Amino acid sequence: MEETCQHVLERDKLDKESKKRARKQMRAAHTVLRHAGISTVSHATQSLVIANGGLGNGVSRERLLDMLKGFGSVLSLLMPPNKPYAFVRYDSFEDAKMAFLTLNGCKLQAEGQPVTLYVNFVDKVDFKEHSTQSLPPGLLVVEDFVSLEYEQELLQLMALNTATQAAPKKSLKHRKVKHYGYEFCYDNNNVDLNAPLPGGLPIICDDVIDECMKNGYLKSKPDQLTINQYEPGQGIPPHIDTHSAFEDIVMDFKHPDGQNVSVLLPQRSLLVMKGESRYLWSHGITPRKSDVVPVINADAAQIVSSDLGNLTLNKRETRTSFTFRKVRQTPCNCVYPSVCDSQSAGKLNVPPSVPQSEVDASRLEQDFVHKVYEEIAGHFSSTRHSPWPKVVEFLKSLSSGALVVDIGCGNGKYLGVNKDLYMIGCDRSRNLVEICRERQFQAFVSDALSIPIRDGICDACISIAVIHHFSTKERRLAAIKELMRILKPGGKALIYVWALEQEYNNKKSKYLKENKAQLSQIDMKEAKHYELTSITCTHNMEDTSEDTAEEPFQAELTVHTNRTSFLSKDLLVPWHLKGISKNSRETDKPRVESDIEPQSSAVFHRYYHVFSKGELEELCTKIECVQILSSYYDQGNWCVIIGKLL
Amino acid sequence: MKLLTHNMLTSHVKGVTKATEVKVTDVDFNSEFVSRMIPKIEWSVLVEAADTLGHLNDLPRDLPPDYESSEDFLRKVHHVLLEVEVLEGNLKCPESGREFPITKGVPNMLLNEDEV
Repeated sequence: MEETCQHVLERDKLDKESKKRARKQMRAAHTVLRHAGISTVSHATQSLVIANGGLGNGVSRERLLDMLKGFGSVLSLLMPPNKPYAFVRYDSFEDAKMAFLTLNGCKLQAEGQPVTLYVNFVDKVDFKEHSTQSLPPGLLVVEDFVSLEYEQELLQLMALNTATQAAPKKSLKHRKVKHYGYEFCYDNNNVDLNAPLPGGLPIICDDVIDECMKNGYLKSKPDQLTINQYEPGQGIPPHIDTHSAFEDIVMDFKHPDGQNVSVLLPQRSLLVMKGESRYLWSHGITPRKSDVVPVINADAAQIVSSDLGNLTLNKRETRTSFTFRKVRQTPCNCVYPSVCDSQSAGKLNVPPSVPQSEVDASRLEQDFVHKVYEEIAGHFSSTRHSPWPKVVEFLKSLSSGALVVDIGCGNGKYLGVNKDLYMIGCDRSRNLVEICRERQFQAFVSDALSIPIRDGICDACISIAVIHHFSTKERRLAAIKELMRILKPGGKALIYVWALEQEYNNKKSKYLKENKAQLSQIDMKEAKHYELTSITCTHNMEDTSEDTAEEPFQAELTVHTNRTSFLSKDLLVPWHLKGISKNSRETDKPRVESDIEPQSSAVFHRYYHVFSKGELEELCTKIECVQILSSYYDQGNWCVIIGKLL
Repeated sequence: MKLLTHNMLTSHVKGVTKATEVKVTDVDFNSEFVSRMIPKIEWSVLVEAADTLGHLNDLPRDLPPDYESSEDFLRKVHHVLLEVEVLEGNLKCPESGREFPITKGVPNMLLNEDEV
């Protein structure tokens, strides 16, 4: 009796396992469809997709091929780089079928740990390769540049820790680094021109430099050397060297438009980065223990991933790179302003001028509001799709046929919420207004301080998240006055501004609640990077006569840490521009690390004045014809509905 | 830019409309909506703009007093106000001669710093 029970149990267990296997096989098929757009089929074909048997899982071509050959004659094995699957094509249906029946659930030893394979039939293998097949412009690889003996001498530099002329060797989290000539400061991603290191570059490097000059690789003598040493598994996230810092490795190159090129750099070779490859493309080394490399001619400099049937894995060893650069003495004036720290909007390398006058204030807004929105318009718009319910409620409460103007309409998310109104939007950012137009809304480009609309004709206005971008009290007041000017007597305006108090009535605002672990980590990092460079801004424009007692005087314009409470009322809020390297999933991850240069092209800063409780109402009451109809707090914003007296 | 939007602009930017590209699209007619808009409109400006664009649509120079009761009239106004759109052109200030470009249907009313 007992024996039978045991038997049944074992059979059940077996059933369970085969069911589980079938389930995983299904799931693998879905994954391949979702990620690569490849449909699997239920009938037998000559080709199979092998989930978990990819280079991305640490499975090498040799090991997988050995296993696959056991079932028949393999015509081709395609292994796309970094993907968790591979495609095999057999000579006959029978061979493929045999592999299909046997391989499911099989374990294969990959790098580090075994993986379980799941296979499905596919009709044809049609894997599109997205990367370009040419080196980024300006990039040059010279093989065998350094002899074996000379290589050893150079490596001594890193081994010795006694050199007096070098900045002390630092162990960053993901590599060791040593600087000569000038120290590269990772806090602000720049060099201090006034603090050259004594002794200049090591004499031993002269041969390298002479050779470079002789061959025309370098135009002027470099005065800065960074030695990086990476253990297997370490790397450096994609970045562009700070433009204003310097004039003119498998390393991954990425173009802002998403093009990806991986270049294999053999030992003792020289890599020259000039022009577009240096200024526009980001470069990085993916932290991993092995690289995807071609099988044939594996030690020659070349672009990886051109032929999927010719790729395998190569285990990494300790890698040491010597980067020679020339420190730039003047701001950068390259032709790639979108990624240039000297030229771009909202970047902190060029601090905003202190608003001493109306002109200064308008310039601060120009650089740290208008230009930034223009740059981030696309990404900003993609994050602004859901209208705030209370704003919708206000618009729905208006009578049919009402003329309503949305000042600072952004991507126009409120322009279509009530079809019975005639709504016109306006915004400073042309790129945002164009998005409104694409959505068939009426909108024009104008300044909120000078709205080109006739006096007293609007039934209502809305100003959502706009007035907090004005940098002086006078200008904030002027913005509200301008709203009142275009309102007809009896008309209503709804104003939303960001609140200093992000916790109200013991409730955290949505802004704080969305502080997910990783997000905060990134932003905390950002804050740390910029602490040293925070800008001093004296608020000479503040009305000092009566309000100083109520409002704490604040001298510094600080960089805010996203998704945290505000520590001051006037601040710069970072915007992390996404989509620069959208093709790579790896780029987001390493940016969290503490020892890296964050992608210099990805962070913009917007100026904000956050309002304290009562401040918005107080501002409104300074205007004669205004009546406050209601005021409230909504998700981290102070809000008023004001009426224009008859 | 629809002519209704144009009609709401201040005179210094409204000026003479010079259009190189005009689009006409169908918009659902709502007589109540049009009747409510007419009092907000500067009639002579509308007629002039429509005329310049070649879309006068038989609009009279003077607003008839009993317009609310004439569906035929309201339909004409509806067409001019909401269905005619300037995609490319210029707005010109009649006093200063300053031009404001309209590109891809977006008027740009930004003034230079010295004009503010």
